[in-house]
Amino acid sequence: MSLLEVRAVDAEYGLLKAVRAVSLTLEEGETHALVGANGAGKTTLLRVIAGAHRPSAGSIVFDGIDITRIPAHKRVALGIALVPEGRRLFPGLTVAENLTVAGGHRRDGPWTVDRVLEIFPMLQHRRGQRAATLSGGEQQATAIGRALMCNPRLILLDEVSLGLAPRAVTGVYDSLRGLIGGGTTVILVEQDLGRALAVASRVTCMLHGEVVLEGTAAALSREQITAAYFGVRPSPGVGAGS
Amino acid sequence: MNWVNVLLQGVLLGGFYALLACGLSLMFGVMRIINLAHGDIAVIGAYLIWVLVNQTSIPPWLAALLVLPVMWVAGYAMYILLLERSRRAGMLVPLLTTFGLAIVIENVLLQVFSPDDHSLLSSTGTLATSSITFGGLSISVFGVLTLATAVIVLTSLQAFLSRTTSGRQMRATAEDPDVAELVGINARAVYARATAIAVAIAGLGGIFLAIRQTFDPSTGPTQLIFAFEAVVIGGFGSQWGTLLGGIVLGVAQVIGAQVNPQYFVLFGHIVFLAVLASPRGGLLSRRGSAL
Repeated sequence: MSLLEVRAVDAEYGLLKAVRAVSLTLEEGETHALVGANGAGKTTLLRVIAGAHRPSAGSIVFDGIDITRIPAHKRVALGIALVPEGRRLFPGLTVAENLTVAGGHRRDGPWTVDRVLEIFPMLQHRRGQRAATLSGGEQQATAIGRALMCNPRLILLDEVSLGLAPRAVTGVYDSLRGLIGGGTTVILVEQDLGRALAVASRVTCMLHGEVVLEGTAAALSREQITAAYFGVRPSPGVGAGS
Repeated sequence: MNWVNVLLQGVLLGGFYALLACGLSLMFGVMRIINLAHGDIAVIGAYLIWVLVNQTSIPPWLAALLVLPVMWVAGYAMYILLLERSRRAGMLVPLLTTFGLAIVIENVLLQVFSPDDHSLLSSTGTLATSSITFGGLSISVFGVLTLATAVIVLTSLQAFLSRTTSGRQMRATAEDPDVAELVGINARAVYARATAIAVAIAGLGGIFLAIRQTFDPSTGPTQLIFAFEAVVIGGFGSQWGTLLGGIVLGVAQVIGAQVNPQYFVLFGHIVFLAVLASPRGGLLSRRGSAL
């Protein structure tokens, strides 16, 4: 049985339809990259899966349970955690407080503050510091750590490299590789196609709220993805030679 | 020595205002709701204790102990039944809701208890009137008790917010309710809990109100104004600022009364307006942090 099934989900902000009839299936242990231009609906789709945005149509099934009507905080207990775009730490709370804030509401599992600090060593000396005073890379590490502390079966990563120095991005991805190897199921939204393809086993490309391309990372060529990314369709006049 | 005495009376009065104000400050800090019914809720606490003391002749402190859990539950229900719905409709609607609630409370109290004023003064024995004389200063025992209660309540609230899981969740929800939900916090329950704490502390303030002065169904709004001024002077969302704000307000009022008995309230208002007009805002206001 699949871990996550998104079935024909529509989501909108007022009159703007951000996600149209998107379906997605994720097997346990898979790393799924979600790519597409800005405004393609990737963030909205993640928010729908996490329960922060209510879809206007369709359903979401997690581990055999229909969770469409379950509020976000209860989905955390089921094992879904989102690392939101822009990190969104609690700025007035310390790093340790940000990590332990979920308290007893999280899913049971192996993650502790010490284990998070082990995979993100740069946070070792920042424990008692307010999150607002951290650097971008440290904030991102804390945001991922905060999600890990919920002991997720499925972790949703929204643009974890956005606004980070290249070195910090490499650091974050090195830590992620350990996670992915550890069997956690991941959906990754990433602007950097190279990075996404390097870690993902499957790729979905979205355009204007719709899925335009889907396949295994190995089977899709970079050109195919780039074409789908920008909405380039093979025109009949040129012929089907490529 | 007279002015030292005035200062001391002001500080003790400030303890009472801080006690009234800290629930108001908590609700604003966590939910950005200004509860205009806060003063009337304190008056409900005063009436409940007055009824218990008069019907059963138990001592006021025991009555207070019984009333606090009732106020807690009422606060929880107030969030779930009233405030949650109005919050969904935007920032201004909760303000209107609590304004309406204040009018409803005042009129229900008027209907049930008549406009006559009451006091618990007669049931407290010598506590409310006794004082210690110390080096020429006359210190009211009840005033010291009020200030001590305010300090204990504020210290406990501070410890709750910084040390307990529930308090951390309250601070996190105050900063970003959307993300709080995403890390497993039930924001609705956190808000209801914050309202319950605020209403229970208002009830506690009501006991001191009932002992230090007479009260009637229309006492609430004045208490709300003093509490509000204490919060603004101290800086919204800061626990110690609330205590400091209460004390500054109390001292200003007592100094005003010293100049001319009619200036009691006026001097408080002047300090309040001066702080509002100052570029910094509240004395201990912190920017970028909700609690």
